[in-house]
Amino acid sequence: MTDLLHMLGEYLKYPFVQYAFITGVLIALCSSVLGVTLVLKRYSFMGDGLSHVAFGAMAVAAVLSVTDEMLIVLPVTVVTAVFLLKNGQNARMRGDAALAMVSVGAMALGYLLLNLFSPSSNVSGDVCSSLFGSTSILTLSGSDVAVCAVMSLLVLAVVVLFYHKIFAITFDETFARATGVNTGAYNLIIAVVTAVIIVLAMNLVGALLTSALIIFPALSAMRVFRSFRSVMICSATVSVCCAALGILISIAASTPVGATIVLVDLVFFLGFAAVGRVMGR
Amino acid sequence: MAQLTCENLTLGFEGQPVTKNLNFTVNQGDYLCIVGENGSGKSTLMKTILHLRNPIMSGSITTGDGLKPTEIGYLPQQTEVQRDFPASVREVVLSGCLSRCGLRPFYSRQDRLRAAKIMDRLGISHLSGESYRYLSGGQQQRVLLARALCATEKMLLLDEPVAGLDPAATAEMYDIIGKLNKEEGITVIMISHDITQALGQASHILHLAKEPLFFGTKEEYLRSSIGQAFATIMIAGTEGGDSND
Repeated sequence: MTDLLHMLGEYLKYPFVQYAFITGVLIALCSSVLGVTLVLKRYSFMGDGLSHVAFGAMAVAAVLSVTDEMLIVLPVTVVTAVFLLKNGQNARMRGDAALAMVSVGAMALGYLLLNLFSPSSNVSGDVCSSLFGSTSILTLSGSDVAVCAVMSLLVLAVVVLFYHKIFAITFDETFARATGVNTGAYNLIIAVVTAVIIVLAMNLVGALLTSALIIFPALSAMRVFRSFRSVMICSATVSVCCAALGILISIAASTPVGATIVLVDLVFFLGFAAVGRVMGR
Repeated sequence: MAQLTCENLTLGFEGQPVTKNLNFTVNQGDYLCIVGENGSGKSTLMKTILHLRNPIMSGSITTGDGLKPTEIGYLPQQTEVQRDFPASVREVVLSGCLSRCGLRPFYSRQDRLRAAKIMDRLGISHLSGESYRYLSGGQQQRVLLARALCATEKMLLLDEPVAGLDPAATAEMYDIIGKLNKEEGITVIMISHDITQALGQASHILHLAKEPLFFGTKEEYLRSSIGQAFATIMIAGTEGGDSND
């Protein structure tokens, strides 16, 4: 045990491990806080769909050999999020159907583009790492971390400043609108922030696993806690712990970071579900 | 001047009118019951009053007497989302104060005091830390009523406020609404299937159909042929079972 701690201590001295740790924790924090709202608004699938779109956009960026992929991935994802949200309201096509269509379409396009035009020789490796995150978290540069930190703090600031409004439109959008709250604007903010978080989270766990970061902590917290605020706080705490634990385990056991974090989240969820059952909730 | 005035109002969608030529006024302290069969435009009218939809084909709906359009406290029918929502009673009630926050991100001390006072008045103070989703139907409706009162002191719009409640909770709910109307002078507009109750408490009746069949005071309604016919049918119907949507 002490050997293990010693080894982890050694690892944590490396800057790339520290970077991974900082970004991992920040991303986990943001995604879990917003996750509560997304789960309660029945938007869980939005996270999943958007991450697929982000994958497609990343493939396009890779094919075009854009140096900073964020410049393409972020706007595309944000625009898709806004579009999906509007579509869900107008309901000419059912929101979930539209989402499924956009999501698989983007995946297919992304994979096709990477196969046909990829500048790198290891296509399946590239695809695998963008889908599952693999080791990319450990190759972040200082500037990546800075971008990620700034974005995360912005997201957190938005959530804190609009906390009560977010609660109101999540709990009862009709009532909020009837009493003069500009629900359209706040829904737009939620969509944009969700897109930003997805793009950030993709760095950590890969496209396919991002929605796990969003839904697991919220669902765990909801098994045990009863008020919106305590669910928020618990969700954030759980998520940060899971991310930290997952990164440490993946370093110690050389497992893929993304998958490890998600499995730790799953274990926490099972634990919370058991506690919830014992407490009779 | 009336708090709410509808003049020659015709509501409809895609060129198809739902209700035609509505004319009615609501004054401060009135208790208006809107009755009518399903599809007669009750909920369309309500959503128009609340500015949730805009199906106005002709005519106008105006607020006056110091009532702002967003100062109507609204008690919606319960939605499915709320039933498993982790929210404490305090959080739900406080969210009614949001409209007076404007751009201010957090609630003020006055907001909290106001919410506490209203919870006290409706007898739900002891529940303030409880989770909304574990309350009984009657308690949940009282919480939502408290939220609506946080949003306004002037006018309440209630959409089937007793749908799904047991008889005791129903009586209690009507009792609270009646008191708010009588003792505090809050204007009440209620959509209801329950004609017996409407005739018991309301001061005015609006009977909707494709065209407004009747608007006037309760006494006039009872004397009208439409009122007598509808009351007989509905009373016979409600005795058989629940008449919820």
